[in-house]
Amino acid sequence: MAESPERAAGPLHRHPDIHTVKPVDVFHPSWWIGGAVLVGFAILFIRLLITNENLQWSIVWQYLFSPEILAGLGRTLMLTFLAMIFGMIIGTAVAVMRLSRNPVFRSVSWVWIWFFRGVPPLVQLVFWYNLGLLIPEVSIGIPFGPTLWSASTNQLITPLSAALLGLAFTESAYAAEMIRAGIQAVSAGQTEAAATLGMTQAQTLRRIILPQALRIIIPPIGNDTISMLKFTSLVSVLALPDLLYSAQMIYSRTYQTIPLLIVATIWYLVLSTILTVIEHHIEQRLKGGASLDWQTIARSLFKSRFWGVRRGEALS
Amino acid sequence: MMATTSMPLLTVERLSKSFGAHQVLKSIDMTVAAGDVTCIVGPSGSGKSTLLRCLNYLEVPSSGAVFLEGEPVGLRWKGEKLYRMSFNELSMQRQRMGMVFQGFHLFPHKTALENVIEAPVVVKGVPKAQAIEEAMRLLDKVGLSERAHYYPAQLSGGQQQRVAIARSLAMQPALMLFDEPTSALDPELVGEVLAVMRQLAEEGMTMVVVTHEMAFARDVADHLVFMDGGVIVEAGPPRTVLGNPQHARTRAFLARVQ
Repeated sequence: MAESPERAAGPLHRHPDIHTVKPVDVFHPSWWIGGAVLVGFAILFIRLLITNENLQWSIVWQYLFSPEILAGLGRTLMLTFLAMIFGMIIGTAVAVMRLSRNPVFRSVSWVWIWFFRGVPPLVQLVFWYNLGLLIPEVSIGIPFGPTLWSASTNQLITPLSAALLGLAFTESAYAAEMIRAGIQAVSAGQTEAAATLGMTQAQTLRRIILPQALRIIIPPIGNDTISMLKFTSLVSVLALPDLLYSAQMIYSRTYQTIPLLIVATIWYLVLSTILTVIEHHIEQRLKGGASLDWQTIARSLFKSRFWGVRRGEALS
Repeated sequence: MMATTSMPLLTVERLSKSFGAHQVLKSIDMTVAAGDVTCIVGPSGSGKSTLLRCLNYLEVPSSGAVFLEGEPVGLRWKGEKLYRMSFNELSMQRQRMGMVFQGFHLFPHKTALENVIEAPVVVKGVPKAQAIEEAMRLLDKVGLSERAHYYPAQLSGGQQQRVAIARSLAMQPALMLFDEPTSALDPELVGEVLAVMRQLAEEGMTMVVVTHEMAFARDVADHLVFMDGGVIVEAGPPRTVLGNPQHARTRAFLARVQ
């Protein structure tokens, strides 16, 4: 019995030629058990969606394209893009200040980032909206001299401007850190090479540093845009009729809470999917790769490798 | 020193540089005549790269001055007062001194050709068609005209360094600085870069080369400078310095590298 299988291979153990037989793959019971449980839950969930009458799909369909919802959708998109644009502009300035040799610039930008990353956007929105309680009047004039223009803060701070301030300032803190990291990732050698060619600082920044930094910055900016789309739903606390608040206004009249929340959910999913696809397109363009087919996009929406062939098995 | 008939292209006077408490350069004096090749050799940490980087003000000297055709580099007289130049004023002087780095530093988002035309078009305002024509001539000179549309990542180290040389030459500098141009290269790629530099020297380009390639220094240099510990220990024609070193430190260094 101590003999090796080869030598024991007498008439009882006649193997076929090993080169002609395909080995049976390793069996993973946990894959099958776990998979079966999950499929079971998925079926239960789908059954709930179909059979539960509280969902009222006909009402979802009725409101999905209603003018009120579409107007809210438009405001959500407008808020997302305005907050991103203002956030990026402020963020670029803060990033350049962070990289400055002037210690005042560096400290002020550090405090800015520390503050706006630390305070939740919801708190900020409420705070900005109530700014009139802190500063009743805003005026432009010569300090300690005559006032040229003034207005009451309550006139200036509308739900829209409060929302834009809160969202754009929060974004600016995150954008500043991303832009700073992008600029710093471009090696100092690039700046030196440009300098020895006689390029000015502005030419170096515009033609050498920013194009390289942009490739690094674009993916996180895309992610932030998608987050911002979702963050805008916070403005419903200011009674600004965005997508969520429009849905809330309708169900407060009709008591069709669940169908209208589903309407909002569907639109948020549609928008975030579209933004993801756009982001992947831009990323691919920057990499200089071929244009994307829909399969690559679909795959990249769900980047998990869990069900894929594991590397070791793929190589064997 | 100015008694000779023509002014040297580059003069270094009592140049010192400290990083914190560490003095890297200790009162260096040096002249470079137009058309000469000066090779600077010495052990690592001797200050030779720092000296080269002070010449075009990539490092700001702690004291002393560099003169390019008699004008102080990075500094400007206004009556009795001496002012530091702004970055953009300095860029006018830097155009006249090309520099080739150990790490190439090509612009990775631009092709070889785009790297070469970048500065002439952006800085000098040369029409693009004319810049391309000149760039192709330069790429041909460094033996890379058929790689003009490759990106740096698609080129070998030796090819990248030759593009970097062409990129510097495109600004028609009066002087070329080389900071260990072959030290980052695989041994079999060193020769192609040195060949281009040799050709440049034969064409009469003024060059200051920090290098570890003793054979190149012996064959090509008109003037050899040996540095150690932040001072110029010995300088002169390469045959004299290498063949009959006067200083013990020079002899010790040469014994190690040869």
